[in-house]
Amino acid sequence: MTTTTETAVTTQVYRVYIKATPEAIWDAITKPEWTQKYGYGGRAEYDLRPGGAYRGLTSEAMRSMGSPDVAVDGEVIEADPPRKLVQTWRMVMDPEMEAEGFTRLTWEIEESKGGITKLTVIHDLEGAPKLAVLLSGGMEDVGAGGGWSWVLSDLKTLLETGTSLDTEDALNQG
Amino acid sequence: MTDDDRVFKALADPTRRFLLDRLFVRDGRTLTELESELEMTRFGVMKHLRVLEDAGLVVARRSGREKLHFLNPVPIRLIHDRWIDKYTERRVSALADLKTELEETA
Repeated sequence: MTTTTETAVTTQVYRVYIKATPEAIWDAITKPEWTQKYGYGGRAEYDLRPGGAYRGLTSEAMRSMGSPDVAVDGEVIEADPPRKLVQTWRMVMDPEMEAEGFTRLTWEIEESKGGITKLTVIHDLEGAPKLAVLLSGGMEDVGAGGGWSWVLSDLKTLLETGTSLDTEDALNQG
Repeated sequence: MTDDDRVFKALADPTRRFLLDRLFVRDGRTLTELESELEMTRFGVMKHLRVLEDAGLVVARRSGREKLHFLNPVPIRLIHDRWIDKYTERRVSALADLKTELEETA
């Protein structure tokens, strides 16, 4: 997927429909006991008020392979549970991505018909081309996970079935 | 129609796949930009975009006075994770079984 790096894509938008309540989705995004069950599998720490700190920790499996404790850091800009969360987001596991600085991430949760909730993730990645490749799944082949679509697919599976996909294969950090 | 049906139906058309490819190269485009790359009426492009939006493959968002179209890869990922992974896994395990069987009889 080399074309991704050559273009000036600065915003990524992802949307998934999940058979769950907005509250359940809010908890799955903001509570560590949920975030450790899907996607990259790390615990999230949110201080859910404007200016509050955010840390996305690495998973135990990642740390056992030598990863530092913190994968992502940032700050909460707006927290309106269970509808909207706006935050900054910086990947600190990779020095080059860390140097790209803070990006802006928005989570929108909207109740739809029939017990379905619409979750939209808008990631403004201006000035962060390396991070953009990682989050669009462009580094899945090298064991860095499949980015947002992979995370959101796993989140949907977890909330709808109670178990997540087997993400071990996608995170071969050896 | 199920969600998967809508995705497969949307992908079954070459113009719609072309539109997704254009958004993959550069995301967040207006109808006018997308229209300029196709020999088709504005109305025709709108109809295709509507099918893509209904399938969740395109998400339209307002930015000031403009309506921008974004490629949403999640529905394709869901199909990948639920169907393609399942079948390829089975094929791999079938090969593994074959290897075990051949080695046992050898």
